[in-house]
Amino acid sequence: MIGSRRQILVRKILVWIALILGACFSGLPVLWMVASSFKSNLEIFAYPPALIDHSFSFDAYRAVLGDPARLRFFFNSYLVAILVTICTVVTSILAGYSFSRYDFRFKRTLNLIIIGVQSVPPITLMIPYFGLIVWLGIYNSYTALVLTYMVFTLSYAIIMMTGYFNTLPRDLDEAVMIDGGGSFVTLWRILVPISLPGIVAVGVYTFMLAWNEFLFALTLTRTNDMRTVPIGIHLLMGQHSFEWNQMLALSVLGSLPVLILFLLFQRYFIAGMSAGSVKG
Amino acid sequence: MEMSQARDISEPANIAWEQRKRKLLPYGYLSPTLLLLAALTVIPITTVFLYSLVDNVIVNPNPPVFVGLENYEEVLTNRKFRGALSNTMYFSLVSVAVHFIIGLSFALLLNSRLLSANVKAVFRVIYILPWVFTASIIAILWRLLLNPHGVINFVLLELSIIPELNEWLSDRKLALNAVTFINIWSGYPFYMVSFLAGLQGIPDDLYESGRVDGGNAWQLFRHITLPQLRPIIISLALLDFIWTIHQFTLIWMTTGGGPLRSTEVLSTYTYKAAFSSHEYSIASTIAMVILAICTFVAIFYVRSQRMADE
Repeated sequence: MIGSRRQILVRKILVWIALILGACFSGLPVLWMVASSFKSNLEIFAYPPALIDHSFSFDAYRAVLGDPARLRFFFNSYLVAILVTICTVVTSILAGYSFSRYDFRFKRTLNLIIIGVQSVPPITLMIPYFGLIVWLGIYNSYTALVLTYMVFTLSYAIIMMTGYFNTLPRDLDEAVMIDGGGSFVTLWRILVPISLPGIVAVGVYTFMLAWNEFLFALTLTRTNDMRTVPIGIHLLMGQHSFEWNQMLALSVLGSLPVLILFLLFQRYFIAGMSAGSVKG
Repeated sequence: MEMSQARDISEPANIAWEQRKRKLLPYGYLSPTLLLLAALTVIPITTVFLYSLVDNVIVNPNPPVFVGLENYEEVLTNRKFRGALSNTMYFSLVSVAVHFIIGLSFALLLNSRLLSANVKAVFRVIYILPWVFTASIIAILWRLLLNPHGVINFVLLELSIIPELNEWLSDRKLALNAVTFINIWSGYPFYMVSFLAGLQGIPDDLYESGRVDGGNAWQLFRHITLPQLRPIIISLALLDFIWTIHQFTLIWMTTGGGPLRSTEVLSTYTYKAAFSSHEYSIASTIAMVILAICTFVAIFYVRSQRMADE
């Protein structure tokens, strides 16, 4: 059924056309955003529009990076995202180990609850969180953000970790147990080192979610020195004069960490992702 | 180490303790998770539920009054709520359907045998791009492009596709479709990635035997690819549907639910009820309705996951 050379050529051309149209759909908007961040604010909506014009400069980036208040947004975002990632990874390794290697009462129920948490709408939790966080005395603090973000990163991380541990043969840990190693030693010395790809996937995924979070960062922080990058962008939008180029520069800078992480760990990430969310 | 082990075995009390320890161990490993989820999901959900049954909560100086299901009656018969509900459903169903179509098309394209591995790798990164941007950045990006004086209006006008400049995000007739489009753009890569993994998992023999039986490309797709991807399609669609119902940031930062509530969805409506109008009972009631819808969908999701497990 393999067609003639000519047919293959036609098909190849069609595939390339589709490929390029698709790339325009996903890539051009991003390209336009990056290009616009180098324009002056007056030229953003110039007629006729040009991808790069005479106003090309790094002024917007200089303005963003030279402003300590905005650098603080980045510091906050990094700190919160890293803390969330560490806490989520450790907690999900422990939970995943438990689900993967032990049989216990309520295992099924607890597993269902953890899967179910993914479907709890953040907005539903928003109203009581506000009261709860104030009552706990952690309103406008990093602790509040780290704990609340974990609610949404943890269940997915546990599903991914459990899935990963399930792919590792049990003989491995049993061998260590027979040699007299305790269950924690087995986990730490044997399973964790060989699960590194899975752990990286969980970590990258968690970092991305935490870096991008908006609703809780908006509601559970009050002062500008506690705001994260997404809220910083939101605050810029609320101002009277739209500093488009600075907003775009902040957006580009705010996307870089996730983009870099993604490019570095693509392979792990995609594999872990498909193992965790959707078992085909 | 060896000494203590020898002692363990010799003393029956220690064996019993070891056994009990082994029984409790899995709960021990789960305890951080369970503590966190109890404190930050079970208790809050109970609180919202209780709020939805009373009046005068949080900001009101009067003591709360139990009103039973009155808040639900008020919410469910409210025209604004129904508008928000129908917008949410439109937004979510269209997003899920188009995510599926684009995600699958791109995955099939990237799986084509006619392309070299390097080409695939480059285009895969381009196609995934929308996914690495957070909702607030996507909102900025599309406000830039869809601005009345933006580049999209310029191109469409030059090509005579539209007769005049459109106010995509502030025209009542266009805004809902515009935000749905933005959501489609930002969400399809998740499908694409999952489908790519799924496609690679389909054994080649299936296609071989399909070809031997004389199947053409469409028949192979219809009778082999789609059925093989079925479990992925179901869980993806359900999960995405739940996530889209949750969507807050994108709408909040593009239209804020406007103009004239034409893009008001349940989450923005709840947020406004709570944090602008301070009607916490009503907001809690709407929040419970959203939770109910999501739970309903989640039941199917959990079932599909369990089926995949077995």
